[in-house]
Amino acid sequence: MADSSDLVLEVKNLKTVFFTNSGLFKAVDDLSFTVKRGETLAIVGESGCGKSVTALSLMRLVPDPPGRIVGGSVSLEATDLLALSEAEMRKVRGNRISMIFQEPMTSLNPVIRIGDQIVEAVRLHRNLSSKQARDIAVEMLRLVRIPEPARRAREYPHQLSGGMRQRAMIAMALACRPALLIADEPTTALDVTIQAQILALILDLQKELGTGLVLITHDLGVVAQTAQRVIVMYAGRKVEEASVEALFAAPKHPYTRGLMASIPAVPAPGVAAQERLNEIPGTVPSLVRLPAGCAFAPRCKLAIKRCEAEYPPLIDWGGGHLAACWRAADVAEVA
Amino acid sequence: MFAYLVRRLFLMLVTLFGISVVIFFLLRIVPGNIVDILFAAAGYVDPADKVDLEKQLGIDQPLVVQYLHWIGGLLRGDLGYSYVSEKPALQEILPRIPITARLAGLALLFSASIGIPLGVISAVKQGSRIDYALRVLSLSGLSLPSFWLGLLVLTASVAMFGQMPIFNPNPQSFAEAFATYCIPAMVVGFRSSALTMRITRSSMLEVLRQDYIRTARAKGASDAAVNYHHALKNAILPVITVIGIEAAFLIGGLIVTETVFNIPGVARFLVEAIRWRDYPIVQNLVMFIAVVVVFANFTVDMLYAVFDPRIRYTD
Repeated sequence: MADSSDLVLEVKNLKTVFFTNSGLFKAVDDLSFTVKRGETLAIVGESGCGKSVTALSLMRLVPDPPGRIVGGSVSLEATDLLALSEAEMRKVRGNRISMIFQEPMTSLNPVIRIGDQIVEAVRLHRNLSSKQARDIAVEMLRLVRIPEPARRAREYPHQLSGGMRQRAMIAMALACRPALLIADEPTTALDVTIQAQILALILDLQKELGTGLVLITHDLGVVAQTAQRVIVMYAGRKVEEASVEALFAAPKHPYTRGLMASIPAVPAPGVAAQERLNEIPGTVPSLVRLPAGCAFAPRCKLAIKRCEAEYPPLIDWGGGHLAACWRAADVAEVA
Repeated sequence: MFAYLVRRLFLMLVTLFGISVVIFFLLRIVPGNIVDILFAAAGYVDPADKVDLEKQLGIDQPLVVQYLHWIGGLLRGDLGYSYVSEKPALQEILPRIPITARLAGLALLFSASIGIPLGVISAVKQGSRIDYALRVLSLSGLSLPSFWLGLLVLTASVAMFGQMPIFNPNPQSFAEAFATYCIPAMVVGFRSSALTMRITRSSMLEVLRQDYIRTARAKGASDAAVNYHHALKNAILPVITVIGIEAAFLIGGLIVTETVFNIPGVARFLVEAIRWRDYPIVQNLVMFIAVVVVFANFTVDMLYAVFDPRIRYTD
């Protein structure tokens, strides 16, 4: 077990629900995980599995109504964020915990200069003159490798490219040296070449500043390059957790296995390319009417009677490799 | 930018020329002229006198000649003489402008300073009681004609204080200034404030859903900073457009309100001049209003560039 003083974030039994016209749905159900200083934890899953709601729950930014965090605890540096008042929480946001969003094109305010948006983040949490805050803003832009940072600081978001904007977002998120950075699909909206640069930048800065990182993605390639540990989510629940090595070497959950199989492989020279990509049949079930048993059972090739009747517990398969599957022992053989 | 301004100014001149033609000929289509009206009131008169008077006023000439005569005078700064008072039209119009300008300015100020904050509150508290109350209030603002509201205010004033506010061009006390200018301005501005509120509300609701609002919250910004600094800055553009259009409509509202409150401004003067077919007054006054409206539109376009850095007027 990790030394508790080393823990930046400890989430226990987090439960976030949405009250909608068609009923109550559990976007995040009984989710627990930890992040250590300087560690990268990846949260993986397909659209609608609760990744982004998890991130917003950590920031306490779930839109309420309709959403609400109804249970569990989120401890950041030993402070339970869920117990803070809204005013206290505002002092934490952007200061100890920051977030980068998926859409750099729309995540910056179009009518405020880049520099001023960073200055705002700094001055909200540090008692600095606007001159000092401006110096920090330019310094942060330099740190995220934006050329001519002083000039760029005076520009508006529309004058920057997508990659530049995401760099500016990173600069803003890290301006107060947070203990934890949440990156919600930070590279999904970018060109492939820019993606690699942005990921490398995030990892470099994380190393430099010792920030804990929660990286939310649906891209297993990104996970393999960046994370130390991975959580796989399905229908609001954690179905598997492992170190990156263990997960890629031997996934224990059929869903994880399916995700990996669906990555198109580059064929060896002389071998015909696979004609059809592997897919996981079916879609994510409606979160309003989840089956009593395993939510993945209807799509699972290995499903047995028990899967539909009882939700499988998370079982430790050794070395902190957790999986919630009745057939975990058989996954390796079948696929 | 310079070339843009030159082009804009040129277009404004073309617009004003078009308006001058429309005003001039519309006015001539209205049956009867001042001579007919005067003579009808006098009973029997010699038709020769009538022709004489028409010749004297120059309304016997072909319309094109009359038009050129008017425009020529306008360009030289000569607006002609009022048929009714026989004083120079400029002398008749100028002293009335500040009164109407003050009313219109106050009405706009009132509509923006009430409408925008209430619109923000209504959007931020969407679906709450205060939102519903404000929406009902704004609906009433849109559906109450200002002349009726003016009459209600006057009636209420009589019922409560036993008197009506009488217009005083040089108010001595704050109370008098309030009664003279602010009450009529509020009566006229109520409608615009309701419209401003509704536009602000819907524009804010649109903006509050944007990603950058979430970013601002994620920074730790307070609700007030998010709503007024981040959101309103983006939501204000359609509001400016509406206020600009309202500035033009305001003149129409003032015609009625100046009449109800007995205020000697240009708007009421215009109605009287139309009744007398006092061509020099009507033509020049409407031209003046047209210039104001055209400049209001121009100002709105310029304000866009101020509020939205993405808009730059280039060639």
